[in-house]
Formats: sequence, C-alpha cells, structure tokens
Amino acid sequence: MSFVPGQPVTAVVQRIEIQKLREGENLILGFSIGGGIDQDPGQNPFSEDKSDKGIYVTRITPGGPAEVAGLRIGDKIMQVNGWDMTMVTHDQARKKLTKKREDVVRLLITRKSLEEAVKHSKGSHPRQ
Amino acid sequence: MDTESTYSGYSHYSGRSRGSHRHGERSRDRHKSRSKDSRSEKSVTINTLPAEPLLGDSSLRGEKVQDDNWGETTTAVTGTSEHSLSQEDIVRITKDLEDSVGLDCRRYVTRSIAVILGLLVFFTPLAFLVLPHILWPDKQQRCETACEGLVISVAFKLLILLLAVWALFFRPARAGLPRVFVFRILLAVLVLLFVTSYWLFYSVRILHSQDPDYKDIVQYAVSLVDALLFIHYLAVVLLELRQLQPCYSVCVTRATDGETRHYNLGQLSIQRAALAVIEHYYCDFPIHNPALLSASKSRAAKHLAGLKVYNVDGPGNNASAGIAQSQSRAMIAAAARRRDTSHNELYYEEAEHERRVRKRRARLVVAVEEAFTHIKRMQEEEPKKAPGDVMDPREAAQAIFPSMARALQKYLRTTKQQHCHSMESIQQHLAFCITNKLTPKAFLEGYLTPGPTLQYGKDHWLGRRWTLISEASVTSGLKDGSVFLLKCVDFCLVVTSRKIPYVQMSEEYIDPKSHKFVLRLQSETSV
Repeated sequence: MSFVPGQPVTAVVQRIEIQKLREGENLILGFSIGGGIDQDPGQNPFSEDKSDKGIYVTRITPGGPAEVAGLRIGDKIMQVNGWDMTMVTHDQARKKLTKKREDVVRLLITRKSLEEAVKHSKGSHPRQ
Repeated sequence: MDTESTYSGYSHYSGRSRGSHRHGERSRDRHKSRSKDSRSEKSVTINTLPAEPLLGDSSLRGEKVQDDNWGETTTAVTGTSEHSLSQEDIVRITKDLEDSVGLDCRRYVTRSIAVILGLLVFFTPLAFLVLPHILWPDKQQRCETACEGLVISVAFKLLILLLAVWALFFRPARAGLPRVFVFRILLAVLVLLFVTSYWLFYSVRILHSQDPDYKDIVQYAVSLVDALLFIHYLAVVLLELRQLQPCYSVCVTRATDGETRHYNLGQLSIQRAALAVIEHYYCDFPIHNPALLSASKSRAAKHLAGLKVYNVDGPGNNASAGIAQSQSRAMIAAAARRRDTSHNELYYEEAEHERRVRKRRARLVVAVEEAFTHIKRMQEEEPKKAPGDVMDPREAAQAIFPSMARALQKYLRTTKQQHCHSMESIQQHLAFCITNKLTPKAFLEGYLTPGPTLQYGKDHWLGRRWTLISEASVTSGLKDGSVFLLKCVDFCLVVTSRKIPYVQMSEEYIDPKSHKFVLRLQSETSV
C-alpha cells in the first residue's frame, strides 16, 4: 500500500457496492472515514506506512449498509464511484461519499489481507 | 366600495345631508371604474364627531347650546382682584423690564459685585493686621521672629489668592445666560458670610477688648487667608472640575435639515449645557443654508395641491372644529389613494442635479489649477525684475482671479452657496492661499464642502442671540431624557440628553504560556 512518488500506484482492490440507507432526511452508509491530504498521517492507526495520506475506514456501524456490503475497518478506499480517493482532502472525500443524488456507492478498497491472499494464492499456484 | 363615509348618530336630523352623502358615493363609484384595481383594498372611514348638531338646526339650537354651557365655559371675574395677572403676564413684564434695562446692565452689575467682593476679601486680612497699629499704637507688643514669619506668609498667601481669583473669576464672560449661575451665587454668599463672621469676631474680641498680643492677631489673619484659599479651592472644584467627567450624552439635531451630532457632557445645569452645545454647534455643524430647503417645501405643497375639499353640508355649521378635522381626514384619505409620481420626479431630479454638480466641479478644479500655474513665487536670487512685474499677494490674487471667477461662480450657484461667499472674501482667501503656499486643492476646500459656521464671515453667524426653550427650570441639572430647544433666528436646535450607562468591567487573565498549538488530529467523519 505504500507508494513510490512518481510511480503509478498498484494495489489489489476489492469492489464493494453499498446501498445507502435512508434515515429520515439523510442517506447514510454506516461507516466513518479518516485521513486525507490535509490531515496528519502519523495519527492513522490503520495505515502501514505512516506517511500514507489516503482515506481509511475507521469505524463501521454494526449492522449498517457498509458492514452488510462487506466493508471492514481499516480498509483504504481507493475509488468512490470512479472518483479517486488517494489524493483528496478529508472534506472532498466526505462529499464524494455523501452525494444526495446517488443511492449506491461503488467503492474500490484495498486491505493488507487482500495482498497476502493474492500472494498466498500466487505462491500456491506459481503458474497463474 | 373602496371608501365609505359613515355619519354616526345624527343622520336623521337632515335628510338633505343624507341625500348629498349618497350623491357623493355615486360620483366615487364613477371614479372607481377609472382607477386601478390595486386601490380597491384600501378602505377609509371618515367619522364626523357625533357631538355637533348638523346644519339646518344650528340657528335654532345655537342659543340653546350657549345657554346650556354658559356656566362652565365662561371665566368668572371675582370681586377681590380686578387686576389679576396670569403667569404669562408676569413673565412678559419681567422680560420687557430686562429688555428695556438691557443685558449689559446685568453684566456690569455682576462684575461690580464681583469686584467689591474681591476687594473686601483682599483688604480684610490687611485691615486685621494694620488696624491695631492705627487704633492703639502705644499698647502694642513688638513683633517677634515667629510673628514676622507669619506676616510674610500672610503676604504671600494673599498674593497667591489674588492671582488665583484673577485667573478663575476675572475672565472675559463668554455668554449671557438667562438665569443666574447658582454655584457662583452660592460661593459669593459663602464668602460674604465667612468674612462677616470673621469681622464680627475681630471687632468683638480684639477691637473691643484692645488685645495687645500682636501674634494672636497675625495668626487670626493667617487663618482667614487659609480659609479663603480653601474656599477658592472649593470654587475651582464646583465651577470647573465637576463638569469635566462625562455623564450625559446629548444628541443635537437641527430642525430644518436634520443634521445631528452627539456630544458628551458632564453634570451641568440646563443653561450651561445649552451654552456648551452652542459652542460645539459653531465648530461642528455645517452652515445652515436656507436655499437648500426650498425643494422639499415645494414638494410638500404639491402633495396636497391637487385636492380641493367641498363642504357639501352647507355653510353655517357651528362646530367648525369637527368639520375641519373631517376635512383634513378626507384630504389625507384622498391623497393616499391618489397615484403619486412625485417619488419618480425626485429621483430623476436628484440624479440630474448630482451630474450637473459633478461636471461643474470638474470644470472648476481644472480652472483653478490652471490659474495657480500662472503665478510663481519670486526667488530672492533672481535678477530683480521691473517693479511693475513684482506683485504683492493681493495684486497677484486679483491678477489670477478672473480666469477662475466664472467657473467658481457657476459652481456656487449650482450648489446654492452663492450668498455665503462675496467676491471680496474669495479674493481675500485667494491672497491668503497664495501667501501661505497652499495648493489649488486647499484653496478649493472651503467652497466644495460646506464648512462650519465659524468659517464664514461674521454676518453669517445669524444671530448671536439664542433663546433657550425648556420645560424644566433652566438652572436645574441635566437629567436622563431631558429635552430642550435652542431657537435662533432661522432655525431651531433640538437637544435630548441620555445618561451614559454605568460600565461594569471585569478582568480576565490570560497566561502568556497558555498559547499552545498542536496539529489537528485525524478527524473522523461518519458518512
């Protein structure tokens, strides 16, 4: 998940589709995000590289749409509905997730376990 | 029906009036079809007072009405005083007396009283010291060292007292106030009482018994002078220091054009506050220009000009007051309904005027700048020119004045200031500016903006006579909410006072070491 400046970022991502839940006037997704290029990356408990300024999932409401869709705490969000989330401010990320016109958000998230799973599978099947 | 006129009570008196009332309504119906729909929701009710009898009966009822009310409305003249004066008569008589005797007389009287008192105060200690030597020179003891020291101190204290009294009391009076100055009267009475009691004591104890101990007499004189110095201190505090601390905030408005200023005053009597306000007026308020008020007056006349009120009930009605009231109400109602375009006219007129003023001002500024370039100050080192070429400031002003005169005159006419400045005064001002190396902009400043009244010639200080109109007594102090008027020849100043509120201030201590900052933690937003 760390990146080398100047080089394209590569990561193993999982596609997650969350249906927004209508609660009164608001559409909620059921998780909290942290991070952003305007935040202090050293405070992020979930990132491997403490200079990573990406958007991370910091809390998941139990039973909420995010949990149902398969989002886990500590996931790094790479894309939201096609919008990049690796170089955005905290507020921009929030806005992209909470658009009122959209009922569904399609996230591309990455987590360490995914990398390991791929490595593991690669390792076990060296020809793939 | 968008207007209804209701008569209450007495409509059964004359069928004629009711008929005319209906006729009036019919004509209004016809008008209504022509007027716009937006007026239809307004409804105006005009009530005539029920108490007056209507017309055909007035001649019959006239005497009867008089008979009924005669006892209540006439003023009975009692036999005891045939020459009774009302309050207004008394005031008028005293005013006539004052006017005939003249204000100067009052000033001289006050001044002479002050001088007499001053001389009395000054010579009393000297008299105390000198009289024993004159009256019984043989019985006197010699004056020892301590006694001589006291005599010297009396001399110097008297000198200081003399200077202090001269500084405080013998200043040129700046105004004549309508009533006496209460504090001064108080002080004068106090001094008089004081000196009289000292004289009494002196004459009884010392002159009568012919006390030979000179030191006692000198000490007595020293105590008198000390006490007089303390009374002078009291005078300084009462007359000068007490009103320095601001206590009231007065709002001064000029009645004719609404210019308003606010001032802070201390605890003063109403007449002294009025004097302070007038002094501030001369410095702060722009000069009163009656020519600028004519526009609003003509507008006001136009508002009601197109309306005429016809009294359809016929002449000869006894209670004219009620009819006049209903007439004015009818006019107000009709004026409210009328489609008025005067606001439009005002807007365009003002815009046009503004444009004209700005154009004339631009021409004036250019003309003056050009005129100022025609002359320059002659340097000492330059070879002497012919005497015909060298001019003093007045001649220089006269030389360059014609080139800017026309532009200046047109500008003053447009801003309606031409009566404030005469040619002579303009030339004088120009000579002054040239002498003191003022720039054209500085020269023009007095003409472009109307300045305070002091700036103009003496004939524009319209009336140094001001009249103070007040409901409360003018020697009473200013209070919260007191209102008084200062009337001049042309205009009126309305002064209201408000108490400055008591300020409760509290302190908050911030430790300089408490200014610490950290980077913002990861903020978490739930979506």
